[in-house]
Parts: sequence; structure tokens; C-alpha cells
Amino acid sequence: MLRDITLGQYYQTESVVHKLDPRVKLGGTLLYIISLFLFENIWGYLVAGLFLALVVKLSKVPFRFMVRGMKTIVFLLLITVVFNLFLTPGEVLISFWKLKITKEGLWIAISMAIRLSMLIIGSSVMTLTTTPNNLTDGMEKMMSPLKVFKVPVHEVAMMMSIALRFIPILLEETDKIMKAQIARGADFESGNLLKRAKALVPLLVPLFISAFRRANDLAMAMEARCYRGGEGRTKMKPLVYKREDKLAYLVIAGYLVVKIAIGIVL
Amino acid sequence: MAIILDHISYIYEKDTPMEHRALDDICLTIPDGQFIGIIGHTGSGKSTLVQHLNGLMEASEGHVYYNGEDIYDKDYDMKKLRSNVGLVFQYPEHQLFEIDVFTDVCFGPKNLGLEKKEVELRAYEALKQVGLPDEYFYQSPFELSGGQKRRVAIAGVMAMKPKVLILDEPTAGLDPKGREEILDMIKRLQKETGLTVILVSHSMDDVAEYVDRIIVMNKGRVMYDDTPKEVFKNYKELEEVGLSAPQVTYIMHALKDKGLNVNTTATTIEEAAEEIWKKLG
Amino acid sequence: MGIIKADDVTFEYIRRDEEGNVEGITTAVDHVSLDIKKGQFIAILGHNGSGKSTLAKHMNAILYPTEGTLWVDGMDTKAEEHVWDIRQRAGMVFQNPDNQIIGQVVEEDVGFGPENMGIPTKEIWERVEESLRAVGMYEFRKHSPNKLSGGQKQRVSIAGVLAMHPQCIVLDEPTAMLDPNGRKEVIRAIRGLNDVEGITVILITHYMEEIIYADKVFVMDQGAIAMEGTPREIFSQVEKLKSLRLDVPQVTMLAYELKKKGMNLPDGILITKELIDALRI
Repeated sequence: MLRDITLGQYYQTESVVHKLDPRVKLGGTLLYIISLFLFENIWGYLVAGLFLALVVKLSKVPFRFMVRGMKTIVFLLLITVVFNLFLTPGEVLISFWKLKITKEGLWIAISMAIRLSMLIIGSSVMTLTTTPNNLTDGMEKMMSPLKVFKVPVHEVAMMMSIALRFIPILLEETDKIMKAQIARGADFESGNLLKRAKALVPLLVPLFISAFRRANDLAMAMEARCYRGGEGRTKMKPLVYKREDKLAYLVIAGYLVVKIAIGIVL
Repeated sequence: MAIILDHISYIYEKDTPMEHRALDDICLTIPDGQFIGIIGHTGSGKSTLVQHLNGLMEASEGHVYYNGEDIYDKDYDMKKLRSNVGLVFQYPEHQLFEIDVFTDVCFGPKNLGLEKKEVELRAYEALKQVGLPDEYFYQSPFELSGGQKRRVAIAGVMAMKPKVLILDEPTAGLDPKGREEILDMIKRLQKETGLTVILVSHSMDDVAEYVDRIIVMNKGRVMYDDTPKEVFKNYKELEEVGLSAPQVTYIMHALKDKGLNVNTTATTIEEAAEEIWKKLG
Repeated sequence: MGIIKADDVTFEYIRRDEEGNVEGITTAVDHVSLDIKKGQFIAILGHNGSGKSTLAKHMNAILYPTEGTLWVDGMDTKAEEHVWDIRQRAGMVFQNPDNQIIGQVVEEDVGFGPENMGIPTKEIWERVEESLRAVGMYEFRKHSPNKLSGGQKQRVSIAGVLAMHPQCIVLDEPTAMLDPNGRKEVIRAIRGLNDVEGITVILITHYMEEIIYADKVFVMDQGAIAMEGTPREIFSQVEKLKSLRLDVPQVTMLAYELKKKGMNLPDGILITKELIDALRI
């Protein structure tokens, strides 16, 4: 049942991309997404596509895993394409019934489809090659300047990483409580919305109680291990830029230059 | 009136490299009124097995029959089956949710669509059966002690008047006296009501003196299925799969190895003491 | 003064009903005095609700006595400036293996304590490695804790405490939620720490087989120390233990039964070999 949901879709393998500093990957992904929306021309997409293909190849993650992430938003993608296809005014190419496909509409639809697909694949590369924990570390470090403005960066990062650790546990627990209540004749599947919502009480009450108990235990365990916030803490795995990371930044910069140049020239 | 498992297999993540047989070709018959222990270490498939008995999990291969009917038939009434085959999960007190003990126990019979009066009658009866004193009936279940909570949770299943009661590790986390009390209570229930009881456990010590039949699970298969005495004869094989016979079994065998001609099939302390006393006293 | 010394420690808390009115006062720990020497293996026994866990939490400055004083390595736990030193010196392992592992990778979890203490990165790695090796979990360092067995998770928790280089480890029912194999693994690891690393161990449990190797046993009841002595001395008093909702190992019980029948056996037999020797066959 619920156990099938996997969170954080990290794909374990050894590759250059896996080894990169999470900050490089976070920053790189962000820049890549921006670059996709900068200029609109076929040569630009080609460069972006080539760059993406190169990174995917280097990551050693099978391509089907990248596409898997697209399944969830394929609906959204289709709507965007359809809307743009039929609702853009301009030079009519084909028309049937009340619908017209225009030349401009076709171009925008194709262009949107390309951009969104590359956006999703691009961010999949990041999540597939970075452990959630590593990602949290990266964000913590990148956001650390915000500490000056009293943003609790460390605390937020710690919360995220604890949530990531406990989500599978709580999912399993949900599954167990659900089964136990079904064994007592509970019915989670039939009836109208109100009835279904009411049927969730025997599931949610025990789940909340359990979550609070766990939170309480965990807080105690953390204190017992001398946890007292981010102040004075050292890191077992501090983020330090290596040569590969600097090189990766250069490659990304190179890509951006090419992409922008094409945009301007063509 | 029996549960029959006919060549049951359960396969996780079928057709993937992660494929794993949690149950592998299980054939069992569970007749009425037996007190059965299912023993196996974590991951042996014992919990998966019992979830097949009330249809919570559906076998990948094979059939389950209850009273001669195939429970996987399209129009089979699963709800009815679940009221007949009651399943008490591990740490069942974690499923309590109502404001008071009595209302919580009513949950099961209420789901069966019974009349209010019948529901309350059953809840009352069940709470009596598990030996919870009256003064706790209208307390919040969360204020009770661990042992009492567990009784309430068992009553919650008993109130559905099952013919078969399955308990997954009913003594987990209790102290020695609490363990004994719960097991004695279950034994009494079984005697008084003629219920079929299936006790799932990873501890031989717990079940040896209570059950008529032990089913040992290992790697998704039935390794032994016999009376405790017969099963414990294989104490060396049990050891190899990470289970152990009750300590008395080892003592009796050690005595025999030393040359004392004792009958080594004693499974309880009383039997062992009797046997040694006969030979040495 | 020993590593942990309690002088007349009492812990009381006020019970309130739902509206916040005072219902009464519970004395969870009742005038407990004890003195634990460096390097000892101490067991604290007691049924659920006997106050043993509350006492344990005092040794890590999670709770403070309402009366009396408790010192850890000479530091009064009530003095706020010592709290982090105390927690570093007296590490604590809890019952539920899932609720005390913070890291998503084994090695990161073990590094959590040293990180909090501000240990330099290079030394954290050394400590993590040596701690994981000490509990035999080094080969699992890159694993996710969710994929480990209960016994393995508890060993990771022990390593997490060990990496803080404590002088003493308090384990609050570390085996209560484990199966027999898991219990064995964890107890073996704990004994190793005591024998090899010379770390003071305070093991809180209600499993009798686990305390056989302790230097000294305290039995708690209603917040107070009801019995105190070597395991042999404790196990000689079968009736008293039973009245405290506790049990004795089967071999002890067997010897006790034989003695009752009139056999001439010494008190407090702990292991099978002793019984066989005592029977003189």
C-alpha cells in the first residue's frame, strides 16, 4: 500500500556527478533552469539539450529513471501544450471544427514542451545524484549568509533532515495502523467524502500520538547526545570545494556563455 | 470449520531484481479449537503468514479457504471473514484512539453493523473476558498502564466474537509478570470459549507451555509443524536457524550427555524437575 | 566517590487532570542511594513502572532530583554549567531503536554526538570508525538505518554514544523491543565495552538472562531499591523476585524446584553448567 511511495529518489552509483559538491549541483540546476527560459530559438534548445545529455551520461543514471519523474507531471505538460497549441492567435495552419492550430501556437507548444521536459530532467539529475541529506547540507551552507538576518538556517536544515529520516518510518506505521483497523472492520474505501473523512479518525489519532511520542523520544535522545543547536557544532562531512567542483562551475559558466551568445547572435 | 492454506506464496516486488519470496509454498490446515504457536525470527515470514489468514494480504500464488470457501472469490465477504478471524497486531495499544476504553472496544462490533445494544453488550463481555476491572471502562485508554492497554486492544478484537484469534507477539515489551498474565489470560479465553488461538512469537520459552502445536517458520517456509515435544527434539537444527528451544531442553540434553538417563522431551520446568527428581531424588 | 553516586535521590512529579487541577503527587524515585565504581557492570532490574527508567534519566541530567543529589564523575547534575560535561561522560541509550537514530546514514548518526561537542572533523572520522568497529557495525557504515535489524540499530546507537568517549554508558531497556537474536547481539556488544574498553555499564532491563554477568544488581520497586547484591545473591531469592513481578532464568527456577523437592543444591544457580556440576553426576 503506502510503502510503495518512495521519497527522495536518490540513485546509488559512482559517478563524477554524484561526487560533486551539492552546492554546485543546486546552483548549476538553478542556472540551467534560468537559461532554458532566457532565449527562444531552436539552436539554443539544441545546446541546452546537448549539455543535459552530457550531464546525464556522466551521471551514469539510466535514462528511464530520469523520465520516471516526468510521469507525475505529464498531465500538466499536456495541458500547457494543448492550451498553447490551440489558443495562440496568429497565422492559421490547420483548422477543424472550432479549433485552429496556428504557426505561432505550434512553435510555442513545441518550445514549452522542450523547456518543461528539460527542466524536469535537469532537476531529476540533481535529486537522483544527491542524497537528500547532502542536499540539505548544501542548502544550509548556501543559505548561511541569511543567518545575519536571524533566519534559523541550521534549525530548518536539521528539521528537514529529521523529516526525511522519519517519513519512511511514519509511512510504515500508517500502513500498520490501517491494517489493524481494517482487521477491526474499519472501511477506508467506500462511502461519500464525509464518511471517508470520518473513517480516517481511527487512523489519524493513533498516528499523531505516535508521531508526538517519537518526537519526544528523539528530542530527548538528541539532548542526551549533547545537541544544543548549531552554535559551536563541527561537521563530520564539511562542504569543501574540490578541483572537480571548480571545474564544474567553469563548465556551467561555459555553457551559459554559449547559450547566451546564441540567443543574442541568432 | 477450518482455515486451509493451499500452496500459498507471497512475493514482494515481483519481476524486479528485488524479488523476494516472503512466503514460499505454504500448506497448512488450522482446525477448530487448537492452540497454535507460530515461531520464527524476524523476517521468517510469520507475520506475513498470519495476515493471509484474514485476507489482509493476498497471496501471489495459491488459495486460502475458510469453512470450505475460497476467500479470493470475487463476491466473498471479506468483512465477515475479518470478524471471524480476529487479528491482534504487535503493540496493539498503538491503535487505540477513542476517548474512553469502552467506546474504543465498541469500534469493532459497530463496524459489523450491529445494533447499539448488541455492540455494547459485546464490548462489555469482551472487557470482562480480558479481565479489565470495571473502574477503567470510562477512562481514557492512554492513561492505562502498558499491560492494561494491551488488554483493551485485545478486547477490541474479541468484541467482534471471532472464531479464530491471532495474536502477533502479544507479550512484546511487557515485564515478566505482565507476559505471564497476558498469556494466562489468553489460555483461559481459549479454554472457556473453545476459540482457535494462534500465537505468533519469536520466543520458544513463551509458547512452549501453552500451545498444543508449534509451527516453525524459516525463510518463508514451514520448517516444523508438530507438538512442542517433537519440535524441540530438533533443538540443534533450530539453533542453526537462529532459534532456540527452551532452556530446559538444553539442560535435559546436557544431563543426558553426562550419562544421566533422563527423558529429554521435557518442555516445562515442572516436567523437567519431575524427571530429574525421579532419576536422582 | 564512584563515577555515579546517588545520595537519597527522590523524584516527584505532580499529576494533573485535564483541566490542570492537581490530582496528586507521584513519587517515581523514592530515596535512592547508590555508588557505582568505575569499570563496573551494573544491572538495574524492575518491572514496568518501578521507577528504573526515571532513575536512569537522572544519570544523564535529563531529569534532576527533587530531593537529594546525584553526582556524575563528581559533578552535581543540578549545576547547570556541568550539564554538557555530564551528558558527554555518561552517555545514554534508549529503548526504541527508531526514535534515537538521527542520521540517515549509519556513520553520520555515529558522528552526531562528536559534531555537537565541536570535535574537529578529522577526529570525528577516527572516533566514528573506532566506535563502529567496537560494536561490530563498521561494514554497515554506509547503510541507511531504516534497512537494519533492531539489534543492529541498537548497536549503532551504542556506537553513537561511544563516539562521545564517555566513561559510563546508561542503557535504558535497550533490548525490550528486540527479538532473541537482537538481544543477544546487543548484550554481547555491551559486555565487550565493559570487558575490553573498561567502560562502566549501567544496564536497565527486565530480562533476567541479561544480568547474569553483572558485577552488581539493584532491583527496584515503587521507586525504591528493593534488593541489592550480586546476581547470585539476587537469584537465590526466587520468591521475593516473583513478588516484585520478576522472573528468574529457567535453570535457576529448575534448581529451585529441585531444591523444594528436597535435593541438596546451592542457592542462586545461574547457568546450566553450574546445575550439572551441582547435581554431581
